[in-house]
Amino acid sequence: MAWLLRGLRQGVVTSRYPRRSDVYGRGYMAAIAVLHAPDKSSADDELAALCPTGAILADGRLRVDRGRCILCGRCVEARPDLFAFDGSPEVGRIGRRALLVPDEDEEAVEEVRAELAKRTRFLRRSIHVRHVDAGSDGSEEWEVAALTNPVYDVQRLGIFFTATPRHADLLLVTGVGTAGMAGPLRLTYEAMPFPKVVLAAGTDAISGGLLHSSYAGADGIGSVVPVDVWVPGSPPSPFSLLHGILVAVGLLAENRAVT
Amino acid sequence: MRHAAASVSLEPSQLADSVAAAVRGGGRLAALVATARRDGATELRALVASAGDLTSFETTLGPGADRYPGLTPLVPAAAWYEREIHDLFGIEPIGHPRLDPLVLPLRPDVRRPRPGNPDKPPRLEPDLASLPRHVSGEGVFTIPYGPVRSGVFESVEYLVETPGEDIPHLRTRVYHKHRGIERRFGELEVDDAVLLAERVEGTVSVAHATAFCQALETLGNVEPPRRAQLVRVVYAELERVAVHLDSIIRHTEGAGQAVAYARMTLHKEHILRLRARLCGHRFARGVVVPGGVSGPLHLSPTDALAAVGAIDRAIADDTRALMDTPSFLDRLRGTGILPASAVAEHGALGPVGRGSGLVEDVRVRRPYGAYRFLGFEPAEGFIEGDALARQSVRIEEIRHAFHLVRQALDELAESETGPWRHEIPAPDGTAWSSVEAPQGELLYLVEADAGQLTRVKPRCASFHNLALFERAFRGDILTDFVFIEASFGVSIAGVSG
Repeated sequence: MAWLLRGLRQGVVTSRYPRRSDVYGRGYMAAIAVLHAPDKSSADDELAALCPTGAILADGRLRVDRGRCILCGRCVEARPDLFAFDGSPEVGRIGRRALLVPDEDEEAVEEVRAELAKRTRFLRRSIHVRHVDAGSDGSEEWEVAALTNPVYDVQRLGIFFTATPRHADLLLVTGVGTAGMAGPLRLTYEAMPFPKVVLAAGTDAISGGLLHSSYAGADGIGSVVPVDVWVPGSPPSPFSLLHGILVAVGLLAENRAVT
Repeated sequence: MRHAAASVSLEPSQLADSVAAAVRGGGRLAALVATARRDGATELRALVASAGDLTSFETTLGPGADRYPGLTPLVPAAAWYEREIHDLFGIEPIGHPRLDPLVLPLRPDVRRPRPGNPDKPPRLEPDLASLPRHVSGEGVFTIPYGPVRSGVFESVEYLVETPGEDIPHLRTRVYHKHRGIERRFGELEVDDAVLLAERVEGTVSVAHATAFCQALETLGNVEPPRRAQLVRVVYAELERVAVHLDSIIRHTEGAGQAVAYARMTLHKEHILRLRARLCGHRFARGVVVPGGVSGPLHLSPTDALAAVGAIDRAIADDTRALMDTPSFLDRLRGTGILPASAVAEHGALGPVGRGSGLVEDVRVRRPYGAYRFLGFEPAEGFIEGDALARQSVRIEEIRHAFHLVRQALDELAESETGPWRHEIPAPDGTAWSSVEAPQGELLYLVEADAGQLTRVKPRCASFHNLALFERAFRGDILTDFVFIEASFGVSIAGVSG
């Protein structure tokens, strides 16, 4: 009883995202944006060398691969004229190539989107999520677990975490994809009923991040299970994860910021 | 400035006896680390902590030598270290009672990664056949918990061997998450290596970055600006609060305390949000850099004090109520008792040791950074050794942590202008460094040659403490598992490497 009153006294702390934009959700670094094309004085090699994980692609045209970016901010510090932090949490994308920014809208992705929308059409009212750690640093688990705290409270949107893959619709994978977790991850995926969706949560899960191609695997989870939605971040914030889950089942469009 | 370890050079045959003598004389084995040399030799360093000193007992195994008289028969705390070295270096400690693979099960004929050696190994597949089979007996069966757990947890496999309800025996497998961190350090530039240190245990990025940077500062003989040291304390102590709250959250979840669970998760979210307001990152990455910190707090010390005060009061209020809730305390009291003798023999770290009366706190034993001049007392007086004692230690430490944050912010409000960091020279040589991470003493061994890192070994408190995990199950039953695990508060990422 005493605890119940404590809870009631607090009042409502729950975010209204995605119905409304959340002020806090835009308040910190979620991704790197390219401001404009560099002038001729910047050598491609120099720009590429700014990034410890090779996320800057400068082959005549400057792009950032958010799937490799660990948000260290080196590029923003060195070249604030070219790079900037982007605070919008809506960073999850369907299709690995869509993480390259600035992007061109490719028709190939349209096809992938249509297939995913068809597959997940029955999951929109309620979706059960099975999380698997495939070699994370531990922080991703905190952000995934935060989704059930009173602020994000994803149950309000019909999103539930489940212990068994047999009940799961969405496989949410964190970590670099170690050789030791490849087997358990594959088994978990196979144990899920159709239709199923896979979300790679975090830069580590997408590309391995700083551990990319270590002897222990760590090339991201894409080579183990077929990924549908890619959510970059190191770690991705709960808002980014929530956006990614809603994109996976077609309840939000990828590119549009929630306002 | 910081406590670099004294070193003693020995023959391989003398190592075990010397370390055992130092441990008998009141020391504890803090780490055992191997380093591969270019010429094929392997250096072994056993670090013994006693009172305020660290002593490194060192020996070199020549090229081709793959055996040495092991430490474990004389110093049981070396057991996991020698298993890890066997996995990564292929070196056999003679006399080890159970040399099963720990972090990397490989076929015997496979070349080991041997951190320190510059040759890049190929992708190594774990060899499950090298893992021991289950023990059997009449009516005994094995329940595997993991590696895919029944919630949002890090991957780890506990094999619970049980006749039904008791847990007479438990084995821990941590190899699934092995990422090859130690090798990667040697492939990175110094500034990039800080980013990797932050990701060894992602939930305690500040402790890792601080320990790593302190080693570089020791090598370069650089003292960070005083106010940078204060900023490090602010983040380190907020990190301690977050990690301890996480442990409390897992207790409340296990005990089905729905409102307490919701409220504690809310407090934890507020800590992460406060860190984001202070530096732009929920885990405070990018703050600690070699020679200092990357810049000032984004909030004025006054605003930060107000924000910290509000969270402190809310947490204090709820933890008081929680420790007054009988249905919660009943689940923790007498659960997972770690006898003082086992804790002392193993040299358990952090809240796991302090819950059984072993007060090893680096902030007190070997003060570093701003802890040298901030007022602070360790959490003492908890001797029961059960999950409740460990939780009580954490609640006490949360209180102390806020006290330290307030002191640091007060001083920052008055501090002079000046740089936030000093340049450090290209590192060269060998240095140990230690900080008190939320889980206990975190050690870093850093070796560099003319500005290039050759060997970096983080020794996480989680690695040291998890070896003691199965000792906490005497007389407990399956439903106690969740509390015993939560009360250890281990980060598996830091154990697997």
